[in-house]
Amino acid sequence: MSFVQNFPFFSIILAMFSGIISSVLSGKKARNLTLMMIAVTTALSAGTLMFCLKTGESYTYMMGHFPAPWGNEIRAGVLEGVTAVLFGIVMFLSVTGGLDHTARDVEESKQNLFYIMIDLMLSSLLALIYTNDLFTAYVFVEINTIAGCGLIMIRQKGRNLSAAIRYMVMSQLGSGLFLIGLTLLYDVTGHLLMSPAKESVELLVATGRYRIPLLVIMAVISVGLAIKSGLYPFHYWIPDTYGYATPTGSAVLSGLVSKGYIFLLIKIFYRVLGYDNLVGTHMVNVLYLFGVCGMIMGSVHAISETDTRRMIAYSSVAQIGYIYMGIGLGTTAGMVASVFHIFAHSATKALLFISAVGLYEVSGDRKDFVSLRGAAFRNPLAGIGFSIGALSMVGFPMLSGFISKLLFATSALDSPEKMMPTLIVLAVSTLLNAVYFLRLVITLYSRRRPEDKPLPKQTTVRSSWALRLAIICFIGLNLVLGMSSQPIVQAITDGLAMFD
Amino acid sequence: MNINLVQHLVLNIEETVSIILFGIGFTILLLHRNLVKKIMGMNIMDTATYLFLAVKGYITGRGVPIVVDGIQDVEAYINPVPSGLVLTGIVVSVSSTALMLALTVRLYERYHSLDLDEILILAKEEEEQI
Repeated sequence: MSFVQNFPFFSIILAMFSGIISSVLSGKKARNLTLMMIAVTTALSAGTLMFCLKTGESYTYMMGHFPAPWGNEIRAGVLEGVTAVLFGIVMFLSVTGGLDHTARDVEESKQNLFYIMIDLMLSSLLALIYTNDLFTAYVFVEINTIAGCGLIMIRQKGRNLSAAIRYMVMSQLGSGLFLIGLTLLYDVTGHLLMSPAKESVELLVATGRYRIPLLVIMAVISVGLAIKSGLYPFHYWIPDTYGYATPTGSAVLSGLVSKGYIFLLIKIFYRVLGYDNLVGTHMVNVLYLFGVCGMIMGSVHAISETDTRRMIAYSSVAQIGYIYMGIGLGTTAGMVASVFHIFAHSATKALLFISAVGLYEVSGDRKDFVSLRGAAFRNPLAGIGFSIGALSMVGFPMLSGFISKLLFATSALDSPEKMMPTLIVLAVSTLLNAVYFLRLVITLYSRRRPEDKPLPKQTTVRSSWALRLAIICFIGLNLVLGMSSQPIVQAITDGLAMFD
Repeated sequence: MNINLVQHLVLNIEETVSIILFGIGFTILLLHRNLVKKIMGMNIMDTATYLFLAVKGYITGRGVPIVVDGIQDVEAYINPVPSGLVLTGIVVSVSSTALMLALTVRLYERYHSLDLDEILILAKEEEEQI
């Protein structure tokens, strides 16, 4: 066994221990430790990815002393590696970009708690990516939920607390359904590890036994994780949650947390329930329908918002809809498009949330359209960052959003009965995206009018170096995803093939 | 009513009860406006799942899976895995209950209400005043 194979385990445990150590550190030290930890875990994930690319196959890693059908396992392959690396980069840049706002928004005595939440969040995300055991997945889903709730309520304002309780309620509904799904699955298969469970499921499907329980399991697990990732019509906690958290919190929650759950769902589909079985029982059509509705309704809600942060949050509802639509297409090409969109959306949405911070800074911390008029002249870099993010969401060529739209459209051609609705909804949704994002970009680049309310504070503050660095890196990440998408798409395809 | 179905439901009375309890808890958590009752609903939902697991792990006539008197035979003990899962699940549900109760206390101190809809309206008004 190569030493590199320990890396997934190291990265999970490292993130968790930084959280524990941060609890006795001062805010500044906790911050430095967290940044260092994220960099190291990302490097470890990159090592895992290189190893899997070199050997061309995935591997399982035994945790504890009990072999396969009983013990606990970690599994790493190309797709896990790519996802972990990308999540690590987005996490690092989100934390960097929000550094001074975290210092300002969070009370002095609670600074280290904020970084504990970030550590636990990363640890649980990595565990969701790497785990090969269903119950471990459930436990880390809960850790993720609690850390997410902590990130929202760390700002002790009324809106934050009410958003946090709402988030908790919806998440608990999702977790409850997920848990009962796992319980039922354990009862019909007798396994909690993914690979043996899949063998049992295949056997059950072949013999036709437990047909209805299996259907219930598929439904309950899908709906549970869909609630937690904010699929329409379970989305109404999203705008408050993403709208009122700290900038880092918003970027992490919208960019990573919901994606972690979707990644887990895809993993369960492929590695436990069998994607063909889901297609066979038409379960994917339900996800497709919800996804399509979400694509339209999320954008419609976003158009009617005047607060930019809530608008960006509603746009997440639409983008989550895209991802579920791709899963619902029922083809491998659709799944590849979905996974690529997971990457594209986390990079882009985090860029939007972080660069929007630079625009609020020069507008007296106001978030409405009128105050933001001309903000891009007052902070050019943030303006460019926001515009690139917006164009990427709309699907401008060279940017990541364009590639995912292209992949969705081409994959729709493979499924005859879903081709027309998919293409029409893609076109309508793109148009709606353009309406609200370009409206905001035009507002940012138009001169202030004499009748506008004067901005309260001095408006020429220079953003900190951390924010500027984060915006530049996010733009770079978007361009990389957009312009050299071929190797990434290839890696996703290979990774999905390894899932079977 | 299908006799066969009723027979199955009665034969597996524990599972039937736990699924009904799960439904009750889920509905309370989703629909009730009072935060404390929501939390109770969440606990009912979680406990129902544990009941289901515990029942599935139990095998009539066998003992607790702790080796005593040197009996190593598998036939003597029940399946220990579900019990382990229940324990883990309880830990998880205790922590999320504690977190939700703490949040509820905070919200009550601030708005003097336990009604979630009312709290959301009050929070919105509070923000608009600033």
